[in-house]
Amino acid sequence: MTTSKETEVKVGYKSPIVMGSIGLLTLVFLGLLGRDGMVAFEISRRTDSLQLPTLDIDSSLLGVLSGLAMFALAGFSFSKAIKNLKTPIWVSIVFGLVGVTALLGWLAAEKSVPIAFIAGTALVLAVPIILGAMAGIMSERVGITNIAIEGQLLTGAFMAAVVSSITGNFLFGIIAAMVTSALLSMILAVFSIKFLAQQIIVGVVLNVLVIGVTNFLYQQWLTEDAENVNFPGTMDIIKIPVLSDIPLLGPVFFENRITVFFAILIVPTIWFVLFKTRLGLRARAVGEHPLAADTVGINVGRTRFWWVTIGGSIAGLGGAALTIGNAGAFGREMSGGFGFIALAVVILGRWNPIYASLAALLFGFSIIMRVWANQVSPGIPTDFITMVPYVVTIIAVVGFVGKSRPPKALAVPYVKG
Amino acid sequence: MKLELRGITKRFGAVTANEDIDLVIEPGEIHALLGENGAGKSTLMNVLYGLYTADEGHIEIDGVKQNFSGPGDAMAAGIGMVHQHFMLIPVFTVAENVALGHEPTKALGVIDLAEAKKQVLEISERFGFNIDPDALIEDLPVGAQQRVEIIKALSRDAKILVLDEPTAVLTPQETDELMEIMRQLAKSGTSIVFITHKLREVKAVADRITVIRLGKVVGSAKPDAETSELASLMVGREVMLTVNKKPAALGDVVLEVEHITVLDDRSQKAVNDLSFEVRGGEILALAGVQGNGQTELAEFLLGLRKPLGSKAKVNLNGKEITNKSVREVLESGVGFIPEDRQTDGLVSEFTIAENLMLNSSYKSRFTKGLNINFAARKRIAKELVEQFDVRTPSSETVANKLSGGNQQKVVVARELSREVSLLIASQPTRGVDVGSIEFIHEQIIAERDAGKAVILISSELDEVLALADRIAVMYRGKIVGIVEPNTSREDLGKLMAGVTA
Repeated sequence: MTTSKETEVKVGYKSPIVMGSIGLLTLVFLGLLGRDGMVAFEISRRTDSLQLPTLDIDSSLLGVLSGLAMFALAGFSFSKAIKNLKTPIWVSIVFGLVGVTALLGWLAAEKSVPIAFIAGTALVLAVPIILGAMAGIMSERVGITNIAIEGQLLTGAFMAAVVSSITGNFLFGIIAAMVTSALLSMILAVFSIKFLAQQIIVGVVLNVLVIGVTNFLYQQWLTEDAENVNFPGTMDIIKIPVLSDIPLLGPVFFENRITVFFAILIVPTIWFVLFKTRLGLRARAVGEHPLAADTVGINVGRTRFWWVTIGGSIAGLGGAALTIGNAGAFGREMSGGFGFIALAVVILGRWNPIYASLAALLFGFSIIMRVWANQVSPGIPTDFITMVPYVVTIIAVVGFVGKSRPPKALAVPYVKG
Repeated sequence: MKLELRGITKRFGAVTANEDIDLVIEPGEIHALLGENGAGKSTLMNVLYGLYTADEGHIEIDGVKQNFSGPGDAMAAGIGMVHQHFMLIPVFTVAENVALGHEPTKALGVIDLAEAKKQVLEISERFGFNIDPDALIEDLPVGAQQRVEIIKALSRDAKILVLDEPTAVLTPQETDELMEIMRQLAKSGTSIVFITHKLREVKAVADRITVIRLGKVVGSAKPDAETSELASLMVGREVMLTVNKKPAALGDVVLEVEHITVLDDRSQKAVNDLSFEVRGGEILALAGVQGNGQTELAEFLLGLRKPLGSKAKVNLNGKEITNKSVREVLESGVGFIPEDRQTDGLVSEFTIAENLMLNSSYKSRFTKGLNINFAARKRIAKELVEQFDVRTPSSETVANKLSGGNQQKVVVARELSREVSLLIASQPTRGVDVGSIEFIHEQIIAERDAGKAVILISSELDEVLALADRIAVMYRGKIVGIVEPNTSREDLGKLMAGVTA
């Protein structure tokens, strides 16, 4: 008999209540009490060959309409909850987009909103977080907690800047970043697998170590001889022919540095390997139930070692994206908590590369929002604006309903008898 | 394929789990490995399967010496194992679990799921297993999960199949089905090693029986040997297989439970609108296969879980205790023996004395002002250790140094050292040696004869039949029937599978 157990999950009214409240806030503060003046949403950049007309709307009217649309979505969510059904993910996503649009419109009253610029910059800023999160996912899916993402990013950033400066070749810089970061991850892997060390402690120690070493070298070496060892500049922006001419999508996705392209490619690749291939099946088995994996002849230690190490090299590339992919030089502790955000993103994205990347984009967006809001409406407290994407995230998370389920064997060393 | 184990010895530190064990499995035979919990059966099989390395001795297959460095080698040599705790990944599908480790692939290492499913279906149909290859393991009942394990072994061309305590989690009907499967497999040439401590099953299905006690082979027997003979071989002395008890002298209703619905950890209804009552002087057994809501019900009665809905009502001796805290429930006269003594019954790093005071640490007999009254604790612990026959060097011994039976006696001692009117005993003898089982059963009967109400939650039918005055069978969170203790195993089995007359 292959009968499934009855599943009776109580959905509850979390989603509609949260959505309704935020809809009300939007309606009142961004709509009824909103700001007057037209706002123009620019779909094309001024430099694009193909110019699309801007979308113009009154700021407060947009707020009212958005608020009403959010009410409608909350109502839809409520109608689902009554029937004990989950709120579909697309509702959460649409809800988030409507909220963001209203906010952008409110900020840019009497001004314009450069959509391509905001989206493109959000992507560039998100790249280190995305790649760091990939390292986290690859490591945690095989059951090793990776707190050291911050250290891996910082290592990559440092090596990319220094090696690129010295050799004058960005490719060498990228390779150095990836290799060094992979070596750092091997320490985590060996201590966790071989010496059964407490993984969180190893991770924290690695972070402290990298911060210490890079700070020391920065002070003693990079600042003394910046021209020669910390002046790599940034890599050239590559325009993919034809594709980069597509309005909006072109400038955002197809006109970027190599690090961004790599991130765009690596995310679906990891997803594919993890969920469609033999390698991925075995890796997930190791992370869920290592003894079961061992009993069918899978080498648990080796699997864990390589996934953690390769994950580390990807985080190293994420670090390179910080220096030669964006800032143009190494700065003290320049990863500034991105590694920890990546850690949160892994959990938020439920150990799924695609979801995690979307969550990372949200963080990238929140960073550019702060900068842009300051320019377009200097009077508004930027801390408040920075908060908004996180609120959106919370909605997205309640929309998914239920607890997220980490790999079963996460942080549990595997000891063979 | 002929399998021989020659002089296998395996030690864990100072403990010798297997000592000089010789075992020969002939092709196509069902060979039962009989022994109590902790006799060293599973260790022996883990050596055979390459999970442990033997300190001495070796394994031969068809006369050729083998050297297994891991389960992969054992599998390649044709040995398949169905572990007591299933080696299945709950979040994977049946096909993924079966394929794991020898996945059929297409280009780029992409898993050929269609091929994997075909393999599952092919074996499933050959033996009439009726398994859906797309089902998630966590959604399958344990009986089906076990068949997935068998499919897994067979898909790797196992010539020798080791089944480690396979019936522990099955209903009587599922057990019969499994024995039928074993016979079928043996007929098709697969040798089977059947590890168990249940005499009835051994006699029903085995061709040959090897008895293990304290890590040594103590004898072998044919299945037509007397049950009592097998039992005394296994335990090392004469055992009483039945419990003597007087007819129940029913008192007033002690516990009344009405309309309770309880959610489990996954927010699903584990107990569904349940009502029953227990009177003083009787043992109500809650029988049923594990995972049909017994655990959640026990935790609810203790106050660890809250009921769903407003109709729920629990009365103890006429006083309502619904939604009361655990301490209030205990204070009102409830004793509780949890199903897992390792995680819920004892703090295994604490001494016996410390464990004995856990449920009344705040009581005056254990305290002196804000301090613990160490002298009194020592005295009380010493008395209880004697009274409940806990075999230990001292009452200051750490709990995890004791054997399972003695650990359980500590739990029983703690719960019965207070004045209780209701005793909830959840799997009181799981993993306990026969001697301790006798003792614990006597204690439970004594409580009943003293006029207490007893709820016995057990998935061991033998225990239920031996102790119960009434048997309530639980299935999917409901009581599907309350029957007399003279009901046949077959009828009980049907109830346990949810079939109501």
